[in-house]
Amino acid sequence: MPELATDVERLTLVIEIGGMPVRVHTTDPRFLAMLQDRYAGFVTSSEHAEITFDVDLTPPQGADPDAPVRVTHHKGRWTLERGDFRAEWEPASRTGWIRQTANPYSIDAVLRIVHTLVLARQGGFLLHSASAIRNGKAFLFAGVSEAGKTTISRLAPPDATLLTDEISYVRKQDSGYIAFGTPFTGELAKLGENVSAPVAALYLLAKGKENRIDPIPPGEAARSLLANLLFFAEDEDLVQAIFHSAFEFVSRVPVSRLTFVPDARVWELIG
Amino acid sequence: MSRLYMARNPRVAARSLDGEMMIMSSRDSTLFTLNRTATILWQAADGTTPLDEIVEHRIVPEFEVGPAEALQDAETLARELASHEILQISEQPILPRNPVAGESWAKGSTTGESR
Repeated sequence: MPELATDVERLTLVIEIGGMPVRVHTTDPRFLAMLQDRYAGFVTSSEHAEITFDVDLTPPQGADPDAPVRVTHHKGRWTLERGDFRAEWEPASRTGWIRQTANPYSIDAVLRIVHTLVLARQGGFLLHSASAIRNGKAFLFAGVSEAGKTTISRLAPPDATLLTDEISYVRKQDSGYIAFGTPFTGELAKLGENVSAPVAALYLLAKGKENRIDPIPPGEAARSLLANLLFFAEDEDLVQAIFHSAFEFVSRVPVSRLTFVPDARVWELIG
Repeated sequence: MSRLYMARNPRVAARSLDGEMMIMSSRDSTLFTLNRTATILWQAADGTTPLDEIVEHRIVPEFEVGPAEALQDAETLARELASHEILQISEQPILPRNPVAGESWAKGSTTGESR
């Protein structure tokens, strides 16, 4: 009797960002190779994973990556939706699935969202900021688009290790915070190094006619931090958690305004 | 003349930092920074102290303004805070929420300083 079905090989990849391994299953070897390339430096051989996603690839059909993100929680299950993907994740079982076309951007968005949800419960967050390690300490450079995140990253001296030029990964640990490298890139399109260090300072970027660091009032620091946090979920408990996390952060980490002209001497003030 | 009572919305997140009161709506993540008068109203909004007493004891002495004018301004401000779902206002004392009855906040449009 002829076989009615054939086994489909399931391919696996573990992507570890911020110390959190996420296993991805796919049946498409080309998609697997795409992910291995996209997350080079963040792919591990670890058997352990905090979350496992099955990726179901769909044919291209006018998906809109610019559509608004919707993240909702119902009966222990998160639903993540955008024009180009739909995903579900159940924290209790540590499993989920992603339905998307074969592109690296959709799963990148899913990973960012999932990390924000996990971090929010732990007092951490993803922040619109560049970050780098110098002399064993991590420095965050926050600002909206055009504020100078890419510029300050590009000007970093050889002894600075770039963690990201776009989205910083901040985890609360004991009485302080740790910044991790991320593969989430901005204009520099260069992956951060997969390393971490204690956060020594947060600088709010401003372009000016001289290089200088100015203190800012705590209230402005908290408002600016909140304005630069990545958070998508329509969930009251997590919104409250992330709000209080921002205040905790500014009470423990010095926050200043870094005004700079676009030249490398600004790094003389840092580290 | 009816009296106005105010209670804090338990579903907003609030923090005071260096004298500034900041409040975030849990529903849509809108961030509000309260001015001094709004902060006084927020702090005094226990659901049982009428607005005119709050004005008499907390606002008039601090701002050196006439009681009638202060009350009118405070009532306008209280209604604005209620429109943002920061406060609940009522002409009756507002008792603590009864989880069995499932008392809930009326939904209104929310605008203002956002993050």
